[in-house]
Amino acid sequence: MAAPPAAIELEGLTRRYGERVALQDVTLTVPAGTTLVVFGPNGAGKSTLLRVLATLLRPHSGVVRVLGRALPDDGWAVRGRIGLLTHEPLLYRDLSGRENLRFHARLHGVAFDRVEELLERVGLRLRADDRVHTYSRGMVQRLAVCRAVLHDPDVLLLDEPRANLDPAATDLVEPLIGAASGRTRVVTSHDPAGGLAEADIALGLRGGRTAFVAPVDHVRNAEIGALYR
Amino acid sequence: MTTRAELPHTESPAGPSRPRGDEPPFVPLRVAVAALLRKELGLELRAPQAVPAMALFSITTLVVFHFALQRGQVDGDLASGVLWVTLLFAAMLGISRLFVADHEEGGLDGFLLAPTDRTAMLVAKAFGLFAFLAAVEVVAVPAFALMLLGPSPSIAAYGQLAVLLLLADAGIALVGTMVGAMAVQTRTRDLIVPLMALPLLIPVVIGAAKGTTPLLATAGPHSVEVRWLFVLGLYDLVFGLLAFALFDYLIED
Amino acid sequence: MLYGTRLRALSIATLVTMTAALALAFFYAPMDADQGFMQKIFYIHVPLGIVALCGFVWGGINGIQHLRTRDPKYDLRSYVAIHLSLVLGAGVLITGSIWARASWGHWWVWDEPTLVSFLIVFLLYATYQPMRFSIEDREKQARYASVFAVTAGAFVPLNFIAVRLAQAYTHPRVFATADGGLPAKMQLPFYLSLLGMALLYVTLWRYEMASKNTSWQLRALRRKLAGDDAVPPVGRTAAPTLPSS
Repeated sequence: MAAPPAAIELEGLTRRYGERVALQDVTLTVPAGTTLVVFGPNGAGKSTLLRVLATLLRPHSGVVRVLGRALPDDGWAVRGRIGLLTHEPLLYRDLSGRENLRFHARLHGVAFDRVEELLERVGLRLRADDRVHTYSRGMVQRLAVCRAVLHDPDVLLLDEPRANLDPAATDLVEPLIGAASGRTRVVTSHDPAGGLAEADIALGLRGGRTAFVAPVDHVRNAEIGALYR
Repeated sequence: MTTRAELPHTESPAGPSRPRGDEPPFVPLRVAVAALLRKELGLELRAPQAVPAMALFSITTLVVFHFALQRGQVDGDLASGVLWVTLLFAAMLGISRLFVADHEEGGLDGFLLAPTDRTAMLVAKAFGLFAFLAAVEVVAVPAFALMLLGPSPSIAAYGQLAVLLLLADAGIALVGTMVGAMAVQTRTRDLIVPLMALPLLIPVVIGAAKGTTPLLATAGPHSVEVRWLFVLGLYDLVFGLLAFALFDYLIED
Repeated sequence: MLYGTRLRALSIATLVTMTAALALAFFYAPMDADQGFMQKIFYIHVPLGIVALCGFVWGGINGIQHLRTRDPKYDLRSYVAIHLSLVLGAGVLITGSIWARASWGHWWVWDEPTLVSFLIVFLLYATYQPMRFSIEDREKQARYASVFAVTAGAFVPLNFIAVRLAQAYTHPRVFATADGGLPAKMQLPFYLSLLGMALLYVTLWRYEMASKNTSWQLRALRRKLAGDDAVPPVGRTAAPTLPSS
């Protein structure tokens, strides 16, 4: 039986920002169902990497393949299978939680009962009809998680997913975006211990360049610390 | 559980909750446009900002015209000019605000992640702006007729005016969507919009103003010359094609 | 593409053609009975206008190429084309004003549809540089500038038609130019001047392209040899930047 195709393949991915380099020559493979954790200081290129994988940014050179499709040309084919969670929740503050999710559901061709199911699971059912600008930060984050997994994506791209979440809220979202969800995940993290605990593969970025990329058993805490110096 | 000002209820999308299979998920254009338009109009109904401001601005402009022109009544080409300048300047306000909410609240990214044609955003925004302009005209044209217009045009004349308004609004909506999308990325948004949009809209002003003049004249045939309908129609066609071809480049990253 | 080649030959050709054209205009072409000597500005004004408009369209064509290939060199070509045409455009408006004074006694008239539509086009393109300057992301700046160049390029003929129609039945054109058929003695200096203006535009365009290209290549070389820190950061600019490699 042939091994399932890799979910993400990068070869020499480069992306510039003006004259600076945001990502330089990043090469790695993420098998389906595994978790890649990306470490690095601010400005190292973690968010850029996520945005490239989400088809929001084009690579300037190199090869990017997500779920077997080459980006940017075949980006349209995989967009519906990728879920992105970033610092910005991508929600309209004047609409209610339910309306926001229904808007995204229409855009992704997802039935409304999925919206109700997710609202129930993250504990937002009672506040679903209140406008998002009345939500606390933790509630906004929970709603954003719903938005990211609404269409049941095969690949999850998570930029510091547990920010703004208290332990109770984290427990609620964990089955949706955690390792147990069975999806391929790319997660950025500033926390060496926590990050290594959930990783199958670890990538360290510094100034856009790869400091290390290896299966998690081969990576030590010290290497991660070194990125920040 | 009661909801406040809930958007009109529609059926849930037909697709299964968890699409599976090798077929890349894709949402048809009309579905995406409908979703975007609901959001657009829903937001404006929920938290009205653009339309009331534009309507109020148009009435204020009419008052300014009264004092600036030092007349109690206008007719013919002067009336036509006053009406169209008023509508045009109100449109500038609407264009400036068109993409602001999306830009600030990350709505554009949310749309870009959806498996649908990017043109949906163009269609939805243009229709939205068109709807806002029509709503403003429902206020501004009667206000103009009451406050400054000398002659009383017949129903037929108003009907022809409505046709001109529709054609002109289509052109303004198309140009406005393009310019609005460009301007939202700049740091001098409110300056760039009128500077860029007004020269581009001069053919619309020409066609609309010349076309409206006989309708608002005291005497003479109260009908629009076909020539001006042709100018407006041609303009809408050209800019429609341009917008269709170029808009995707404005919203991708 | 090397822009610096043949610059000397082009410059000489431009100089020769323009001098010949102006000489012919002054000495050979007939003096207009009504408008007098000032009418001769026509030999500068109209060719300048034609070349400027062609320049704007050339800017639009390069814009299309940039959007299709995403190669930044097309953005630079488009930028230089538009900004040169804008300079020429200012010349068109000034000479047009002088000519209006000669023909109609006023420094500006609305009767000449070509001049009026040119004013509108000029006002539009004048927003090009401020728009570029106000977008900080280089790639976005280039992309938006190309969209603008294409839109504005398509707008030029549309605008011309509209303004023409607006004037057509009220103010017949006073001076028949290329379409009315120029008298024989006026044709030679006019076409020579047109050629000269075209050469002038091409020469200036190549000069500016060569200059900008060279400074970017120099910068890239410095970076490669002395490291990223040897070159000061570019800062905000409306002009296109080329990648360092």
